[in-house]
Amino acid sequence: MTTQLPPGMHLETVDDKIMTLNVGPQHPGSGHMRLIIKVDGDYIVSCDPDPGYVHRGEEKMAEYRNYIQNIPHLERPVIHDSSNILYPYCLGVEDLLGIEVPERAKYIRVIAAELNRCIYILYWLAIYGIFLGHSTMFMWPAGDRELFIDLLEAMSGARVTHAYLVPGGVRNDLPSNFEERCLRQVEYFEKRLKEYEAIFYQNPLLKARTEGSGILSRTDAIRLGTTGSVLRASGVDFDVRKKEPYDVYENLDFQTIVMKEGDSYARSRVPYLEMFESCRIIKDALKKMPKSGSVRTKLKPNPKGGNDEVYRRVESGRGAIGYYIVSNNRPEPYRVKISVGSFRNLICMPYLLKGEKLGNMPAVYWGLNYWPVEADR
Amino acid sequence: MSSETDKDIEVKDTTDTHSDNSENTKPDSMSKDEAKKFYEEKGLDLSPDVPVKPKPIPAFEKSLADKISSKFGDKIRVDYVRSDRIRITTKREDIVDVAKFIRDELKYDHAESVSGVDYPDSSEIEVIYHLGSYTDEKLGRQIFALATRVPREDVPNPGSDATRTPSLRDVFYSVEFHERECFEMFGVYFEGHPDMRRLLLPEDWADIPPFRKDFKIKGR
Repeated sequence: MTTQLPPGMHLETVDDKIMTLNVGPQHPGSGHMRLIIKVDGDYIVSCDPDPGYVHRGEEKMAEYRNYIQNIPHLERPVIHDSSNILYPYCLGVEDLLGIEVPERAKYIRVIAAELNRCIYILYWLAIYGIFLGHSTMFMWPAGDRELFIDLLEAMSGARVTHAYLVPGGVRNDLPSNFEERCLRQVEYFEKRLKEYEAIFYQNPLLKARTEGSGILSRTDAIRLGTTGSVLRASGVDFDVRKKEPYDVYENLDFQTIVMKEGDSYARSRVPYLEMFESCRIIKDALKKMPKSGSVRTKLKPNPKGGNDEVYRRVESGRGAIGYYIVSNNRPEPYRVKISVGSFRNLICMPYLLKGEKLGNMPAVYWGLNYWPVEADR
Repeated sequence: MSSETDKDIEVKDTTDTHSDNSENTKPDSMSKDEAKKFYEEKGLDLSPDVPVKPKPIPAFEKSLADKISSKFGDKIRVDYVRSDRIRITTKREDIVDVAKFIRDELKYDHAESVSGVDYPDSSEIEVIYHLGSYTDEKLGRQIFALATRVPREDVPNPGSDATRTPSLRDVFYSVEFHERECFEMFGVYFEGHPDMRRLLLPEDWADIPPFRKDFKIKGR
Protein backbone atom coordinates (compact mmCIF):
# COMPACT_ATOMS: atom_id res chain seq x y z
CA MET A 1 0.00 0.00 0.00
CA THR A 2 1.43 3.30 -0.98
CA THR A 3 -0.06 6.39 0.54
CA GLN A 4 0.71 9.85 -0.73
CA LEU A 5 1.93 11.79 2.27
CA PRO A 6 1.93 15.57 2.45
CA PRO A 7 5.32 17.18 1.82
CA GLY A 8 7.63 17.05 4.80
CA MET A 9 5.84 14.14 6.44
CA HIS A 10 7.23 10.63 6.74
CA LEU A 11 6.12 7.30 8.12
CA GLU A 12 7.82 6.23 11.29
CA THR A 13 9.17 2.74 11.71
CA VAL A 14 9.00 1.02 15.06
CA ASP A 15 12.36 0.72 16.72
CA ASP A 16 12.48 -1.32 19.90
CA LYS A 17 15.18 0.63 21.60
CA ILE A 18 13.72 4.07 21.13
CA MET A 19 10.46 5.05 22.78
CA THR A 20 8.38 8.09 21.81
CA LEU A 21 6.83 10.10 24.61
CA ASN A 22 4.28 12.85 24.36
CA VAL A 23 4.94 15.50 26.98
CA GLY A 24 1.87 17.72 27.04
CA PRO A 25 -0.26 19.35 25.70
CA GLN A 26 -1.83 19.36 29.14
CA HIS A 27 0.15 21.37 31.58
CA PRO A 28 2.41 19.15 33.74
CA GLY A 29 5.86 20.22 32.78
CA SER A 30 5.37 21.50 29.28
CA GLY A 31 2.93 24.38 29.41
CA HIS A 32 0.14 24.30 26.84
CA MET A 33 2.28 22.71 24.20
CA ARG A 34 3.44 19.27 23.26
CA LEU A 35 6.98 18.01 23.14
CA ILE A 36 7.37 14.81 21.16
CA ILE A 37 10.37 13.28 22.87
CA LYS A 38 12.21 10.14 21.86
CA VAL A 39 14.08 8.46 24.69
CA ASP A 40 16.72 5.76 24.76
CA GLY A 41 16.48 4.50 28.31
CA ASP A 42 16.65 7.63 30.41
CA TYR A 43 18.29 9.85 27.81
CA ILE A 44 16.55 12.08 25.32
CA VAL A 45 17.53 11.25 21.75
CA SER A 46 15.45 13.85 19.96
CA CYS A 47 12.77 16.39 20.69
CA ASP A 48 10.20 17.84 18.33
CA PRO A 49 8.29 20.78 19.78
CA ASP A 50 4.67 20.96 18.67
CA PRO A 51 3.16 24.31 19.66
CA GLY A 52 -0.18 25.65 18.53
CA TYR A 53 -2.59 24.43 21.18
CA VAL A 54 -3.32 28.01 22.22
CA HIS A 55 -3.15 29.62 18.80
CA ARG A 56 -5.87 32.26 18.62
CA GLY A 57 -5.03 34.14 15.49
CA GLU A 58 -4.30 37.50 17.13
CA GLU A 59 -2.65 38.72 13.94
CA LYS A 60 -5.74 37.91 11.89
CA MET A 61 -8.05 39.52 14.42
CA ALA A 62 -6.00 42.70 14.29
CA GLU A 63 -6.81 43.11 10.59
CA TYR A 64 -10.51 43.52 11.39
CA ARG A 65 -10.26 46.22 14.07
CA ASN A 66 -9.06 49.77 13.96
CA TYR A 67 -5.90 50.91 15.68
CA ILE A 68 -7.59 51.68 18.99
CA GLN A 69 -9.85 48.63 19.09
CA ASN A 70 -6.80 46.42 18.72
CA ILE A 71 -5.40 47.38 22.12
CA PRO A 72 -7.27 45.00 24.46
CA HIS A 73 -6.92 41.82 22.45
CA LEU A 74 -3.28 42.28 21.49
CA GLU A 75 -2.25 42.03 25.13
CA ARG A 76 -3.90 38.60 25.50
CA PRO A 77 -0.89 36.50 24.41
CA VAL A 78 0.91 37.40 27.65
CA ILE A 79 -1.47 38.81 30.17
CA HIS A 80 1.28 38.75 32.83
CA ASP A 81 3.41 41.03 30.71
CA SER A 82 0.64 42.98 29.06
CA SER A 83 2.34 46.38 29.06
CA ASN A 84 5.42 45.03 27.32
CA ILE A 85 3.52 43.29 24.54
CA LEU A 86 1.47 46.43 23.87
CA TYR A 87 4.52 48.68 23.96
CA PRO A 88 5.87 48.00 20.44
CA TYR A 89 2.35 48.19 19.02
CA CYS A 90 1.91 51.66 20.53
CA LEU A 91 5.34 52.76 19.29
CA GLY A 92 4.58 51.42 15.82
CA VAL A 93 1.17 53.07 15.57
CA GLU A 94 2.67 56.34 16.78
CA ASP A 95 5.22 56.11 13.98
CA LEU A 96 2.51 55.33 11.43
CA LEU A 97 0.18 58.11 12.51
CA GLY A 98 2.89 60.63 13.37
CA ILE A 99 1.88 61.14 17.00
CA GLU A 100 4.09 62.77 19.60
CA VAL A 101 3.95 61.38 23.13
CA PRO A 102 4.06 63.76 26.14
CA GLU A 103 7.21 63.52 28.24
CA ARG A 104 5.40 62.48 31.41
CA ALA A 105 3.60 59.67 29.59
CA LYS A 106 6.93 58.29 28.39
CA TYR A 107 8.13 57.93 31.98
CA ILE A 108 4.84 56.41 33.11
CA ARG A 109 5.03 53.88 30.29
CA VAL A 110 8.54 52.88 31.32
CA ILE A 111 7.41 52.44 34.93
CA ALA A 112 4.43 50.34 33.85
CA ALA A 113 6.63 48.22 31.58
CA GLU A 114 9.19 47.57 34.32
CA LEU A 115 6.53 46.75 36.92
CA ASN A 116 5.03 44.34 34.43
CA ARG A 117 8.40 42.78 33.71
CA CYS A 118 8.77 42.05 37.43
CA ILE A 119 5.26 40.55 37.55
CA TYR A 120 6.09 38.26 34.66
CA ILE A 121 9.49 37.19 35.98
CA LEU A 122 8.04 36.45 39.42
CA TYR A 123 5.28 34.35 37.89
CA TRP A 124 7.80 32.48 35.79
CA LEU A 125 10.09 32.00 38.79
CA ALA A 126 7.20 30.55 40.79
CA ILE A 127 6.52 27.93 38.12
CA TYR A 128 10.21 27.27 37.68
CA GLY A 129 10.53 26.68 41.42
CA ILE A 130 7.60 24.29 41.70
CA PHE A 131 8.67 22.22 38.72
CA LEU A 132 12.07 21.77 40.28
CA GLY A 133 10.39 20.60 43.45
CA HIS A 134 11.06 23.75 45.47
CA SER A 135 7.67 24.69 46.82
CA THR A 136 8.93 27.69 48.83
CA MET A 137 10.05 29.20 45.56
CA PHE A 138 6.49 28.85 44.36
CA MET A 139 4.98 30.62 47.37
CA TRP A 140 7.38 33.51 47.71
CA PRO A 141 7.34 34.95 44.19
CA ALA A 142 3.60 34.33 43.89
CA GLY A 143 3.12 36.35 47.06
CA ASP A 144 5.56 39.13 46.22
CA ARG A 145 3.98 39.49 42.82
CA GLU A 146 0.98 41.02 44.59
CA LEU A 147 3.05 44.11 45.43
CA PHE A 148 3.42 44.99 41.78
CA ILE A 149 -0.06 43.87 40.82
CA ASP A 150 -1.42 46.28 43.42
CA LEU A 151 0.67 49.09 41.98
CA LEU A 152 -0.51 48.44 38.44
CA GLU A 153 -4.06 48.13 39.70
CA ALA A 154 -3.72 51.61 41.17
CA MET A 155 -2.34 52.88 37.87
CA SER A 156 -4.73 51.23 35.46
CA GLY A 157 -7.70 49.89 37.40
CA ALA A 158 -7.19 46.27 36.36
CA ARG A 159 -5.15 43.63 38.13
CA VAL A 160 -3.91 41.59 35.22
CA THR A 161 -5.01 42.79 31.78
CA HIS A 162 -4.27 46.46 32.09
CA ALA A 163 -4.58 47.81 28.52
CA TYR A 164 -2.81 50.78 30.05
CA LEU A 165 -0.53 51.75 27.19
CA VAL A 166 -2.30 53.37 24.26
CA PRO A 167 -0.96 55.00 21.09
CA GLY A 168 -0.29 58.55 22.19
CA GLY A 169 0.59 57.88 25.82
CA VAL A 170 -1.14 56.08 28.65
CA ARG A 171 -4.83 55.71 29.37
CA ASN A 172 -4.95 57.80 32.54
CA ASP A 173 -2.69 59.67 34.90
CA LEU A 174 -1.17 58.24 38.06
CA PRO A 175 -3.19 58.36 41.29
CA SER A 176 -2.26 61.10 43.75
CA ASN A 177 0.00 59.25 46.21
CA PHE A 178 1.45 56.84 43.68
CA GLU A 179 5.12 57.91 43.65
CA GLU A 180 5.58 57.55 47.37
CA ARG A 181 3.78 54.22 47.47
CA CYS A 182 5.65 52.83 44.49
CA LEU A 183 9.00 53.81 45.97
CA ARG A 184 8.14 52.18 49.29
CA GLN A 185 7.06 48.89 47.67
CA VAL A 186 10.01 48.74 45.33
CA GLU A 187 12.46 49.34 48.17
CA TYR A 188 10.81 46.62 50.23
CA PHE A 189 10.94 44.28 47.25
CA GLU A 190 14.65 44.85 46.71
CA LYS A 191 15.34 43.70 50.27
CA ARG A 192 13.03 40.75 49.81
CA LEU A 193 14.67 39.77 46.53
CA LYS A 194 18.01 39.26 48.27
CA GLU A 195 16.46 36.45 50.32
CA TYR A 196 15.74 34.51 47.11
CA GLU A 197 19.45 34.17 46.59
CA ALA A 198 20.05 32.14 49.76
CA ILE A 199 16.99 29.94 49.58
CA PHE A 200 16.97 29.19 45.88
CA TYR A 201 20.02 30.19 43.90
CA GLN A 202 22.54 28.91 46.44
CA ASN A 203 20.54 25.74 47.00
CA PRO A 204 22.85 22.76 46.28
CA LEU A 205 19.99 20.73 44.81
CA LEU A 206 19.16 23.44 42.28
CA LYS A 207 22.80 23.79 41.37
CA ALA A 208 23.21 20.05 40.95
CA ARG A 209 20.28 19.88 38.57
CA THR A 210 20.92 22.94 36.50
CA GLU A 211 24.64 23.68 36.40
CA GLY A 212 26.19 22.29 33.25
CA SER A 213 22.89 21.09 31.81
CA GLY A 214 21.52 22.26 28.50
CA ILE A 215 24.53 24.31 27.48
CA LEU A 216 23.95 26.75 24.63
CA SER A 217 27.18 28.17 23.27
CA ARG A 218 27.53 31.82 22.29
CA THR A 219 27.86 30.92 18.59
CA ASP A 220 24.75 28.77 18.68
CA ALA A 221 22.77 31.40 20.57
CA ILE A 222 23.51 33.88 17.78
CA ARG A 223 23.05 31.41 14.95
CA LEU A 224 19.69 30.24 16.24
CA GLY A 225 18.53 33.83 16.68
CA THR A 226 17.58 33.42 20.33
CA THR A 227 16.64 36.44 22.34
CA GLY A 228 16.17 37.77 25.85
CA SER A 229 17.52 35.95 28.87
CA VAL A 230 18.53 32.91 26.81
CA LEU A 231 20.78 35.07 24.67
CA ARG A 232 22.24 37.01 27.56
CA ALA A 233 22.90 33.85 29.58
CA SER A 234 25.08 32.69 26.67
CA GLY A 235 27.31 35.75 26.85
CA VAL A 236 25.80 38.03 24.20
CA ASP A 237 25.33 41.57 25.44
CA PHE A 238 22.15 42.50 23.64
CA ASP A 239 19.19 44.26 25.17
CA VAL A 240 16.84 46.33 23.02
CA ARG A 241 16.54 48.83 25.89
CA LYS A 242 20.26 49.56 25.49
CA LYS A 243 20.81 48.95 21.77
CA GLU A 244 17.76 50.74 20.42
CA PRO A 245 16.45 52.77 23.37
CA TYR A 246 12.78 53.62 23.07
CA ASP A 247 10.95 56.37 24.96
CA VAL A 248 13.19 57.46 27.85
CA TYR A 249 15.36 54.39 28.45
CA GLU A 250 18.48 56.23 27.30
CA ASN A 251 18.11 58.72 30.19
CA LEU A 252 17.78 56.03 32.81
CA ASP A 253 20.48 54.34 34.80
CA PHE A 254 20.67 50.56 34.47
CA GLN A 255 22.89 47.87 33.07
CA THR A 256 22.43 44.68 31.09
CA ILE A 257 22.88 41.37 32.87
CA VAL A 258 25.15 39.04 30.91
CA MET A 259 26.41 35.64 32.01
CA LYS A 260 28.93 33.52 30.17
CA GLU A 261 27.99 29.96 31.18
CA GLY A 262 25.03 29.35 28.90
CA ASP A 263 23.64 26.55 31.04
CA SER A 264 20.24 26.22 32.72
CA TYR A 265 21.54 27.82 35.90
CA ALA A 266 22.64 30.95 34.07
CA ARG A 267 19.34 31.10 32.20
CA SER A 268 17.41 30.93 35.46
CA ARG A 269 19.62 33.55 37.12
CA VAL A 270 19.61 36.23 34.43
CA PRO A 271 15.89 37.13 34.84
CA TYR A 272 16.32 37.17 38.61
CA LEU A 273 19.18 39.66 38.40
CA GLU A 274 17.21 41.70 35.87
CA MET A 275 14.57 42.34 38.49
CA PHE A 276 17.17 44.34 40.47
CA GLU A 277 17.79 46.42 37.35
CA SER A 278 14.05 46.89 36.88
CA CYS A 279 13.83 48.24 40.43
CA ARG A 280 16.69 50.63 39.64
CA ILE A 281 14.90 51.81 36.50
CA ILE A 282 11.64 52.37 38.37
CA LYS A 283 13.34 54.37 41.13
CA ASP A 284 15.30 56.42 38.61
CA ALA A 285 12.21 57.06 36.48
CA LEU A 286 10.22 58.19 39.52
CA LYS A 287 12.97 60.68 40.31
CA LYS A 288 13.35 62.08 36.78
CA MET A 289 9.68 62.07 35.80
CA PRO A 290 8.02 65.49 35.23
CA LYS A 291 5.68 66.00 38.17
CA SER A 292 2.78 67.24 36.11
CA GLY A 293 1.65 67.54 32.56
CA SER A 294 -0.43 65.77 29.97
CA VAL A 295 -0.21 61.98 29.73
CA ARG A 296 -2.04 61.33 26.49
CA THR A 297 -2.17 62.85 23.04
CA LYS A 298 -5.72 62.56 21.82
CA LEU A 299 -6.14 60.90 18.45
CA LYS A 300 -8.72 61.65 15.80
CA PRO A 301 -11.56 59.12 15.76
CA ASN A 302 -10.70 56.26 13.39
CA PRO A 303 -7.19 57.46 12.53
CA LYS A 304 -5.64 56.19 9.29
CA GLY A 305 -2.04 55.44 8.45
CA GLY A 306 -0.68 56.05 4.96
CA ASN A 307 0.71 53.47 2.56
CA ASP A 308 3.41 52.69 5.02
CA GLU A 309 4.98 49.99 7.11
CA VAL A 310 6.78 49.96 10.41
CA TYR A 311 8.82 47.50 12.46
CA ARG A 312 9.22 48.39 16.13
CA ARG A 313 10.58 46.28 18.94
CA VAL A 314 11.00 46.40 22.70
CA GLU A 315 12.58 44.17 25.30
CA SER A 316 10.03 42.14 27.24
CA GLY A 317 10.46 39.63 30.05
CA ARG A 318 11.07 36.89 27.50
CA GLY A 319 13.11 38.74 24.92
CA ALA A 320 12.53 41.15 22.09
CA ILE A 321 8.97 41.61 20.86
CA GLY A 322 8.71 43.08 17.39
CA TYR A 323 5.62 44.34 15.62
CA TYR A 324 5.54 44.59 11.87
CA ILE A 325 2.54 46.71 10.91
CA VAL A 326 1.52 47.38 7.31
CA SER A 327 -1.10 50.04 6.70
CA ASN A 328 -2.93 50.96 3.51
CA ASN A 329 -4.85 54.22 4.03
CA ARG A 330 -7.48 52.48 6.10
CA PRO A 331 -8.55 52.74 9.74
CA GLU A 332 -7.60 49.08 10.19
CA PRO A 333 -4.05 47.80 9.78
CA TYR A 334 -3.56 45.75 6.62
CA ARG A 335 -1.31 43.23 8.33
CA VAL A 336 0.07 42.90 11.83
CA LYS A 337 2.88 40.47 12.49
CA ILE A 338 3.97 39.89 16.05
CA SER A 339 7.43 38.41 16.44
CA VAL A 340 7.71 37.27 20.03
CA GLY A 341 10.61 36.09 22.16
CA SER A 342 9.05 32.77 23.08
CA PHE A 343 8.56 31.78 19.46
CA ARG A 344 12.10 32.74 18.60
CA ASN A 345 13.52 30.74 21.50
CA LEU A 346 11.49 27.66 20.59
CA ILE A 347 14.05 26.69 17.96
CA CYS A 348 16.76 25.92 20.54
CA MET A 349 14.62 23.44 22.47
CA PRO A 350 15.60 20.38 20.35
CA TYR A 351 19.28 21.35 20.66
CA LEU A 352 19.23 21.75 24.41
CA LEU A 353 17.19 18.68 25.25
CA LYS A 354 19.20 16.28 23.12
CA GLY A 355 21.37 14.12 25.37
CA GLU A 356 19.73 15.34 28.58
CA LYS A 357 18.13 12.98 31.09
CA LEU A 358 14.35 12.93 30.88
CA GLY A 359 14.12 13.95 34.53
CA ASN A 360 16.02 17.12 33.72
CA MET A 361 13.58 18.15 31.01
CA PRO A 362 11.60 20.62 33.20
CA ALA A 363 14.79 22.33 34.33
CA VAL A 364 15.88 22.93 30.75
CA TYR A 365 12.42 23.66 29.41
CA TRP A 366 11.38 26.23 32.01
CA GLY A 367 14.84 27.75 32.01
CA LEU A 368 14.14 28.83 28.45
CA ASN A 369 11.63 31.32 29.80
CA TYR A 370 9.13 30.02 27.30
CA TRP A 371 5.53 31.10 27.42
CA PRO A 372 3.41 28.88 25.11
CA VAL A 373 0.47 31.27 24.86
CA GLU A 374 2.74 34.03 23.61
CA ALA A 375 4.56 31.77 21.18
CA ASP A 376 1.28 30.65 19.58
CA ARG A 377 -0.33 34.13 19.56
CA MET B 1 -13.20 26.53 1.11
CA SER B 2 -16.13 28.65 2.22
CA SER B 3 -15.85 31.03 5.07
CA GLU B 4 -18.76 29.45 6.92
CA THR B 5 -17.03 26.31 8.17
CA ASP B 6 -16.85 25.23 11.78
CA LYS B 7 -13.13 25.86 11.84
CA ASP B 8 -13.53 29.58 11.63
CA ILE B 9 -12.24 31.45 14.58
CA GLU B 10 -14.87 32.57 17.02
CA VAL B 11 -14.16 36.12 17.94
CA LYS B 12 -15.63 37.81 20.93
CA ASP B 13 -15.59 41.54 20.64
CA THR B 14 -13.83 42.75 23.74
CA THR B 15 -13.70 46.36 22.75
CA ASP B 16 -16.14 49.03 23.71
CA THR B 17 -17.11 50.77 20.53
CA HIS B 18 -17.94 54.41 20.81
CA SER B 19 -21.35 55.34 19.57
CA ASP B 20 -19.93 57.73 17.00
CA ASN B 21 -17.65 55.01 15.66
CA SER B 22 -20.14 52.16 15.55
CA GLU B 23 -22.24 53.61 12.76
CA ASN B 24 -19.13 54.06 10.69
CA THR B 25 -18.06 50.43 10.83
CA LYS B 26 -18.32 48.52 7.62
CA PRO B 27 -20.93 45.73 7.30
CA ASP B 28 -19.83 42.23 6.30
CA SER B 29 -18.92 41.01 2.85
CA MET B 30 -18.64 44.17 0.80
CA SER B 31 -16.69 44.41 -2.36
CA LYS B 32 -13.91 46.95 -2.52
CA ASP B 33 -15.92 49.46 -4.55
CA GLU B 34 -18.95 49.12 -2.31
CA ALA B 35 -16.77 49.66 0.73
CA LYS B 36 -15.25 52.77 -0.82
CA LYS B 37 -18.70 54.13 -1.62
CA PHE B 38 -19.84 53.29 1.91
CA TYR B 39 -17.03 55.26 3.45
CA GLU B 40 -17.61 58.18 1.10
CA GLU B 41 -21.31 58.34 1.91
CA LYS B 42 -20.45 58.51 5.60
CA GLY B 43 -18.24 61.47 4.81
CA LEU B 44 -15.12 59.60 5.81
CA ASP B 45 -11.96 60.58 4.09
CA LEU B 46 -9.94 57.61 2.96
CA SER B 47 -6.79 59.55 2.31
CA PRO B 48 -4.12 59.02 4.95
CA ASP B 49 -3.76 61.24 7.98
CA VAL B 50 -0.04 61.38 7.47
CA PRO B 51 1.18 62.73 4.13
CA VAL B 52 3.74 60.38 2.65
CA LYS B 53 6.89 62.29 1.80
CA PRO B 54 10.15 60.91 0.49
CA LYS B 55 12.56 60.99 3.38
CA PRO B 56 16.28 61.74 3.12
CA ILE B 57 18.43 58.73 3.89
CA PRO B 58 20.84 59.18 6.84
CA ALA B 59 24.52 58.53 6.15
CA PHE B 60 24.87 55.16 7.83
CA GLU B 61 21.83 53.64 6.17
CA LYS B 62 22.98 55.15 2.87
CA SER B 63 26.35 53.42 3.12
CA LEU B 64 24.62 50.07 3.70
CA ALA B 65 22.26 50.65 0.81
CA ASP B 66 25.11 51.71 -1.50
CA LYS B 67 27.11 48.59 -0.67
CA ILE B 68 24.30 46.30 -1.66
CA SER B 69 23.19 48.23 -4.75
CA SER B 70 26.74 48.39 -6.10
CA LYS B 71 26.87 44.60 -5.96
CA PHE B 72 23.44 43.73 -7.29
CA GLY B 73 22.40 46.80 -9.30
CA ASP B 74 19.08 46.32 -11.02
CA LYS B 75 18.27 43.06 -9.32
CA ILE B 76 17.16 44.79 -6.15
CA ARG B 77 15.14 47.81 -5.14
CA VAL B 78 16.24 49.69 -2.03
CA ASP B 79 13.64 51.52 0.04
CA TYR B 80 14.36 53.60 3.06
CA VAL B 81 11.37 53.16 5.36
CA ARG B 82 12.42 55.23 8.38
CA SER B 83 15.54 55.62 10.47
CA ASP B 84 17.36 52.33 11.13
CA ARG B 85 15.03 50.49 8.78
CA ILE B 86 16.10 49.65 5.26
CA ARG B 87 14.10 47.47 2.97
CA ILE B 88 15.35 45.51 -0.02
CA THR B 89 12.94 44.01 -2.51
CA THR B 90 14.28 41.38 -4.86
CA LYS B 91 13.11 38.61 -7.15
CA ARG B 92 12.83 35.18 -5.63
CA GLU B 93 15.53 33.79 -7.94
CA ASP B 94 18.09 36.18 -6.45
CA ILE B 95 17.04 36.07 -2.83
CA VAL B 96 19.57 33.44 -1.71
CA ASP B 97 22.49 35.37 -3.25
CA VAL B 98 21.31 38.62 -1.72
CA ALA B 99 20.84 36.97 1.66
CA LYS B 100 24.33 35.47 1.54
CA PHE B 101 25.76 38.91 0.74
CA ILE B 102 23.83 40.44 3.65
CA ARG B 103 25.16 37.77 5.99
CA ASP B 104 28.79 37.73 4.84
CA GLU B 105 29.43 41.36 3.89
CA LEU B 106 26.95 43.38 5.92
CA LYS B 107 27.29 41.13 9.01
CA TYR B 108 23.65 40.54 9.78
CA ASP B 109 23.48 37.25 11.63
CA HIS B 110 19.94 36.29 12.55
CA ALA B 111 16.32 36.69 11.49
CA GLU B 112 13.90 38.34 13.89
CA SER B 113 10.76 37.48 11.99
CA VAL B 114 9.49 36.13 8.70
CA SER B 115 6.10 37.44 7.73
CA GLY B 116 3.86 37.00 4.78
CA VAL B 117 1.59 39.74 3.47
CA ASP B 118 -1.20 38.76 1.13
CA TYR B 119 -2.02 41.01 -1.85
CA PRO B 120 -4.97 39.39 -3.62
CA ASP B 121 -5.44 42.40 -5.95
CA SER B 122 -2.09 41.85 -7.62
CA SER B 123 -2.21 38.05 -7.07
CA GLU B 124 0.96 38.09 -5.03
CA ILE B 125 2.13 37.17 -1.58
CA GLU B 126 5.04 39.07 -0.15
CA VAL B 127 7.48 37.23 2.09
CA ILE B 128 9.49 39.59 4.22
CA TYR B 129 12.47 38.68 6.40
CA HIS B 130 13.46 41.07 9.19
CA LEU B 131 17.14 40.59 9.88
CA GLY B 132 19.18 41.87 12.79
CA SER B 133 22.71 41.63 14.08
CA TYR B 134 24.02 40.59 17.49
CA THR B 135 27.71 40.59 16.66
CA ASP B 136 28.20 43.99 15.03
CA GLU B 137 27.92 46.86 17.52
CA LYS B 138 27.05 49.41 14.83
CA LEU B 139 24.10 47.37 13.59
CA GLY B 140 22.45 47.06 17.01
CA ARG B 141 19.78 49.60 16.11
CA GLN B 142 19.26 48.38 12.56
CA ILE B 143 16.62 46.06 11.20
CA PHE B 144 17.13 45.01 7.62
CA ALA B 145 14.01 43.94 5.74
CA LEU B 146 14.53 41.58 2.82
CA ALA B 147 11.38 41.06 0.79
CA THR B 148 10.36 39.03 -2.19
CA ARG B 149 7.08 38.40 -3.95
CA VAL B 150 5.68 35.04 -4.96
CA PRO B 151 2.70 34.36 -7.24
CA ARG B 152 -0.57 33.60 -5.52
CA GLU B 153 -3.16 31.15 -6.76
CA ASP B 154 -6.85 31.73 -6.22
CA VAL B 155 -7.41 28.09 -5.30
CA PRO B 156 -4.39 27.31 -3.17
CA ASN B 157 -2.83 23.90 -2.90
CA PRO B 158 -0.04 24.51 -0.40
CA GLY B 159 3.12 22.67 -1.28
CA SER B 160 2.21 21.77 -4.86
CA ASP B 161 1.31 25.06 -6.54
CA ALA B 162 3.42 27.93 -7.83
CA THR B 163 3.41 29.73 -4.48
CA ARG B 164 7.00 28.85 -3.61
CA THR B 165 10.31 30.52 -2.97
CA PRO B 166 13.80 29.30 -2.03
CA SER B 167 14.27 28.80 1.69
CA LEU B 168 16.84 30.92 3.50
CA ARG B 169 17.36 28.31 6.17
CA ASP B 170 20.86 27.48 4.96
CA VAL B 171 21.81 31.15 5.11
CA PHE B 172 20.06 32.18 8.32
CA TYR B 173 19.52 29.15 10.49
CA SER B 174 17.08 31.02 12.70
CA VAL B 175 14.35 31.21 10.04
CA GLU B 176 13.49 27.54 10.44
CA PHE B 177 10.32 27.85 12.53
CA HIS B 178 9.36 31.22 11.08
CA GLU B 179 9.27 29.73 7.58
CA ARG B 180 7.19 26.82 8.81
CA GLU B 181 4.69 29.30 10.24
CA CYS B 182 4.61 31.27 7.00
CA PHE B 183 4.02 28.03 5.07
CA GLU B 184 0.94 27.04 7.02
CA MET B 185 -0.53 30.53 7.37
CA PHE B 186 -0.01 31.68 3.74
CA GLY B 187 0.67 28.48 1.83
CA VAL B 188 4.10 29.65 0.67
CA TYR B 189 6.31 26.61 0.14
CA PHE B 190 9.98 27.16 0.96
CA GLU B 191 12.10 25.07 -1.37
CA GLY B 192 15.05 23.44 0.31
CA HIS B 193 13.67 23.71 3.82
CA PRO B 194 14.41 20.36 5.50
CA ASP B 195 11.25 20.15 7.59
CA MET B 196 8.37 21.90 5.84
CA ARG B 197 5.57 20.76 8.15
CA ARG B 198 2.78 22.62 9.84
CA LEU B 199 3.59 24.18 13.16
CA LEU B 200 0.67 25.92 14.82
CA LEU B 201 -2.39 24.73 12.91
CA PRO B 202 -4.02 21.39 13.76
CA GLU B 203 -3.04 18.38 11.66
CA ASP B 204 -6.54 18.05 10.22
CA TRP B 205 -6.88 21.66 9.06
CA ALA B 206 -8.67 21.37 5.72
CA ASP B 207 -9.43 24.99 4.84
CA ILE B 208 -7.36 27.52 2.92
CA PRO B 209 -4.30 29.00 4.66
CA PRO B 210 -5.97 31.18 7.29
CA PHE B 211 -3.96 34.39 7.04
CA ARG B 212 -4.89 34.90 3.40
CA LYS B 213 -7.28 37.75 2.85
CA ASP B 214 -10.04 35.56 1.43
CA PHE B 215 -10.27 33.60 4.67
CA LYS B 216 -12.87 35.57 6.62
CA ILE B 217 -13.46 35.46 10.34
CA LYS B 218 -17.01 34.52 11.20
CA GLY B 219 -19.18 37.48 12.11
CA ARG B 220 -16.88 40.08 10.65
